[in-house]
Amino acid sequence: MTVTVSVSGVDKNYRKVRALRDVSFDLIPGRLSALVGHNGAGKTTLIKLMLGLIRSDRGAIRVMGQDPAAGEFSARRLLGYLPENVAFNAALTGRETLTFYARLKQIKPSKAWALLDRVGLADAADRRVGTYSKGMRQRLGLAQALLGQPRVLLLDEPTTGLDPALRQTFYEILNELRDDGATVLISSHALNELEDRAEHVLIMNQGRLVAQGTLTELRSLSQLPIRVTFDLAGGGNDEAAVSIAGEINSSPCRRTVLVSDEKGKMDLLRAAANDPRVENIEIAAPTLDDLYAHFLNTQEKAA
Amino acid sequence: MRTILIIAFKEIQEGLRNRWVLATTLLLAALALSLAFLGSAPTGNVGAGALDVVVVSLSSLTIFLLPLIALLISHDAVVGEMERGTMILLLSYPVGRSQVILGKFCGHVLILAFATVIGYGAAAAALAITGASVLAASWYAFASMLGTSIMLGAVFVAIGYLVSSLVRDRGTAAGVSVGIWLLMVLVFDMALLGILVIDQGQIISASVLEGLLFLNPTDLYRLTNLTGFNVSQFSGMAGLAGTATTSIGALLLGLLVWIAAPLGLAAAFFARREL
Repeated sequence: MTVTVSVSGVDKNYRKVRALRDVSFDLIPGRLSALVGHNGAGKTTLIKLMLGLIRSDRGAIRVMGQDPAAGEFSARRLLGYLPENVAFNAALTGRETLTFYARLKQIKPSKAWALLDRVGLADAADRRVGTYSKGMRQRLGLAQALLGQPRVLLLDEPTTGLDPALRQTFYEILNELRDDGATVLISSHALNELEDRAEHVLIMNQGRLVAQGTLTELRSLSQLPIRVTFDLAGGGNDEAAVSIAGEINSSPCRRTVLVSDEKGKMDLLRAAANDPRVENIEIAAPTLDDLYAHFLNTQEKAA
Repeated sequence: MRTILIIAFKEIQEGLRNRWVLATTLLLAALALSLAFLGSAPTGNVGAGALDVVVVSLSSLTIFLLPLIALLISHDAVVGEMERGTMILLLSYPVGRSQVILGKFCGHVLILAFATVIGYGAAAAALAITGASVLAASWYAFASMLGTSIMLGAVFVAIGYLVSSLVRDRGTAAGVSVGIWLLMVLVFDMALLGILVIDQGQIISASVLEGLLFLNPTDLYRLTNLTGFNVSQFSGMAGLAGTATTSIGALLLGLLVWIAAPLGLAAAFFARREL
């Protein structure tokens, strides 16, 4: 598979602040990647590097085969970017603003206006951006990022300020683009939102890439236990089939068991399914939140 | 080239929208008109040089006003867009940084040119309508005054960009711009005058003085306009004009260098800047 964005061994310092330390990863088409980390973990710095707005101190960055900082900007026509705090000139209308950006990407403005509809700005298109609410500016930001069917989308905190309905549309649009073969990178704090959407997760902490992989890979890497909870009928405290090592937090009619891997989980489930007293089974795999906290802790302990 | 035009067009659009163009044009027209009618009093109605007087008074006004207006619209071109966060988005587009500078430059200079031509043109038109007889040579002087005024504006737009691409925040850009304005418009000439008085013509000869005037674009402007053959008699520059050996061509070249050098430096500093 072709790599659209490759970052290898990148260091970046702002005077004394070490913003990035030896970061390497690849992004491939048709995949939605999530870049997660605290404020100041280096997420925005990383995105700026991929845009060529700043230069790395060490290492190489390639976006669609080009070095973004080298001043070759043909690749940027296929690139969509939504900054963290998107801002526009307040004097122009939404339509004029989008027209300007469409022209820069050499797209017919009339084609671009359909995007205003798409993000729900059709009614406000001819009002000045200065009168827009934060959510509306975010929508306009989204519209400009989607100009010209981008092959690489870099979105810095895209859903802050979006209402739930638009959030839904937003992910629908992203899914379409991704299915179409676009590379999507979302930096976000909203981990639960990305949980079932991101196919690839990059966890950053203090300028380092702490872990990366699919959710399944990260789960097995973290060795965080899977939590299986049983509801028992009758409340009998006799030996149940489900009593396996690692049991915690037991009450007569509700037992929670932690298992370390998929095999253990399946063994447990088979046993439980044969036990007539088991009324219900709940399984909770480690969430992105759990994984994030885990990798942060292990890294900070190691440091 | 296309990109430069797109950016220039947007600057003009913004200028029209936030009424910069309107305000500047009205200001220049009001001042030019009042100078045209009040200023023609000393020559009376029979004076053949009505337009010449306007040229003299307008170019003195231009030296103060146009650099100020130019710096006002240009000083936050780079740093202001960075602070507002619009620059980061613009640079994620297929746009070179020098194209951003050149595009803004074209837009801002066109705004200034429009305001100057319309504003000052109003004064000339008013004179023509009221029936003052104007010699062809006076029209020529007026036209060259318009042209060089725009050039002077362009010089300070370029200087404003240079300031804007060097400093960290808008406040500093504004402060430095005011400082530059004071230096170029007031301090430089007074200092030069002081030195001349002290020197009593011992070291500084006429040619050295002319060389020194090249260090200040407003003086180049003054020389091109106030030493013109027909105008110098009104301007009080006749003495200097009589001894001046510098050709108009050299003066214009000087002004062009004053445009190109700050603009080039601004583009170079902006290209190296991280945001």
